[in-house]
Amino acid sequence: MNPAKCCNGSKTCEPAYLDNNATTQVDEQVVAAMLPFLTEHYGNPSSIHKFGDPVGKAIEVARTQVQQLIGAEHATEVIFTSCATEATSTAILSAVEAFPERKEIITSVVEHPATLQLCEHLQRKGYTIHWIGVDSKGRIDMEAYQNALSERVAIISLMWANNETGTIFPIRGMAEMAKKHGILFHTDAVQVAGKVPIQVAGSGIDLLSLSGHKFHAPKGIGALYLRRGAKFRPLLRGGHQERGRRAGTENASGIVALGKAAELAVNAMQRESARIAMMRDRLEHGLLARVPCSFVTGDPSQRVPNTSNIAFEYVEGESILLMLNQFNIAASSGSACTSGSLEPSHVMRAMDIPYTAAHGAIRFSLSRYTTEDMIDRVLAELPAIVERLRSISPYWDPEQNCPREQAFEPAYG
Amino acid sequence: MWDYSEKVKDHFFSPRNAKAVEQANATGDVGSISCGDALRLTLKVDPQTEVIEQAGFQTFGCGSAIASSSALTEIIIGKTLDQALTLTNQDIADYLDGLPPEKMHCSVMGMEALHAAIADYRGETIEDDHEEGELICKCFAIDDELIKRVVSQNQLSTLEEVIHYTKAGGACAACHEKIEWVLEECVADYQSAGSVEIATSPASIVERIHRIEAVLNDVRPQLQADGGDVQLSDVEDDMVFLALTGACSGCGLSGATLAMIEQKLSEALGEPITVYPVGSSALSKAPLKVVGGDQ
Repeated sequence: MNPAKCCNGSKTCEPAYLDNNATTQVDEQVVAAMLPFLTEHYGNPSSIHKFGDPVGKAIEVARTQVQQLIGAEHATEVIFTSCATEATSTAILSAVEAFPERKEIITSVVEHPATLQLCEHLQRKGYTIHWIGVDSKGRIDMEAYQNALSERVAIISLMWANNETGTIFPIRGMAEMAKKHGILFHTDAVQVAGKVPIQVAGSGIDLLSLSGHKFHAPKGIGALYLRRGAKFRPLLRGGHQERGRRAGTENASGIVALGKAAELAVNAMQRESARIAMMRDRLEHGLLARVPCSFVTGDPSQRVPNTSNIAFEYVEGESILLMLNQFNIAASSGSACTSGSLEPSHVMRAMDIPYTAAHGAIRFSLSRYTTEDMIDRVLAELPAIVERLRSISPYWDPEQNCPREQAFEPAYG
Repeated sequence: MWDYSEKVKDHFFSPRNAKAVEQANATGDVGSISCGDALRLTLKVDPQTEVIEQAGFQTFGCGSAIASSSALTEIIIGKTLDQALTLTNQDIADYLDGLPPEKMHCSVMGMEALHAAIADYRGETIEDDHEEGELICKCFAIDDELIKRVVSQNQLSTLEEVIHYTKAGGACAACHEKIEWVLEECVADYQSAGSVEIATSPASIVERIHRIEAVLNDVRPQLQADGGDVQLSDVEDDMVFLALTGACSGCGLSGATLAMIEQKLSEALGEPITVYPVGSSALSKAPLKVVGGDQ
């Protein structure tokens, strides 16, 4: 990485990490909690001897901690997995296997690839997928959702909050509606777990996926909530671990870390949410005021407190990120060029964000480690970056500081 | 983050000639905002010598698009138009010490802008043959549009054929599943297109085999002339399993040969037939149930 050029070059400044929806910094207390399970407590929890005993007990403590984070009725409803993608795959494929006569699935067009691509795969295998659309603010089409409900549907899988915009779906109400048709309801809660309170008990939610590294646990650990009594088939077979619901020797240190991170999140949530939301709003308002032709995507009134997605028209996201990186500022973009595809993010396209803006959508995602200083730095650097990129763009008129009146329309390409 | 060379970073952070050339006498506009990159190249060409005296670019796009534009202007300044026309997108990529495979289209855009500008100067028009699809094979930078075109032109039906015809999937194998998806789509397309020609009375199995043998006898002299041969291995519904033997086995054109036979079989039987190649060793073994397709 090139040395940061910020702070007038007088000193190297702290990195401003604003990409917490991608992954988060591991909390020191989490590291401290998990370390013994990489060193002294190396036993296999399945063993009968005393080496396995503390490991097995620690796993059960972690299970209770995750239970409390999501407000489950029983700790045994928590199944540890390697990641949220595994949890989501398990949920959907379990329903497909448990209800072979039901050949339809309901999901939305803005899901994470873990859901999208699995459903596309099942579509190729002959399943009918109801792809529920969203409006220009990313709000789900409730009418289409209601119309898709029937006894032919094996499972509904919808994200609780969108990873790109932070927009929250009314999951509780939708889960209630599914009950009337006896449909299993799965929610991908990766972007809400640890950010807003969750109460799955009595919610109508049958399955829920979460990921540790989105709330200060390390990568490689996730969990699937499975409501007691919900029909289930395991994805991984060949062991009694997790009550036969997920075979394979437990990732003990990861599980302990996830438990600790869940406990810390429960404690921090109330205290930190408001502070995080205030910083997010200051960043958002500040950027909109300083940069012409920019707007917020998604639904600001129904949003997780840490996420802001702002589209800067007539500039391309990757260029912005590369320049922010020079200032030691980390954010992310749904632009086509950061992913290597030619289409901008499916979430931006689903909301019908014009191409002029979709390529320049930048996501800022905060955490409890975010400081006011980091927000100031973005406010100080980003407007000039956008201005500089616009000044070399054929779509922009630098003299008037607005899009060219005579639109740039290439003859071919 | 992309693995950009130092040269790419340098040209992105300190772009050369990022301007509209004043009193330009050639302009090339390419790209589109929907694809996420667009470029306007302006040139000042000496009318006597046709030497490019000045070049400037205005680019909307990612890091490598801006770097490729910058590199392009540096390369062409001082060259005559004819010299500039010999430039390829690979020259732009090489100038930048390489580009990631997903970003090669940025260098292509540079070359196209140059061609458009020169055409503009000379008062010519350029045909738009620009088609870009989803990148399937990252090793050889081959997109789904190209695969679809080659598959339907040659009536390909197996992954192996696609690899032989396009090179896609020939290296790391990571894209094999995606190639099969593209194949499934194409095969469904030309099967549904062919379905109107299906004969009204389906032939009995013996009659079908007679017709198949007749077709094979027709093409056999051609193959034998090249030291090869073809044998019927099995017939199952609309699938005909053939073994190419002798010089045909392992021949680089065997895909084309099978496609040709498939075409003739479909005509003779009045229904869309899919030919699957089997190894000649399979003739002595139990008939193969499924070759290629979904595994």
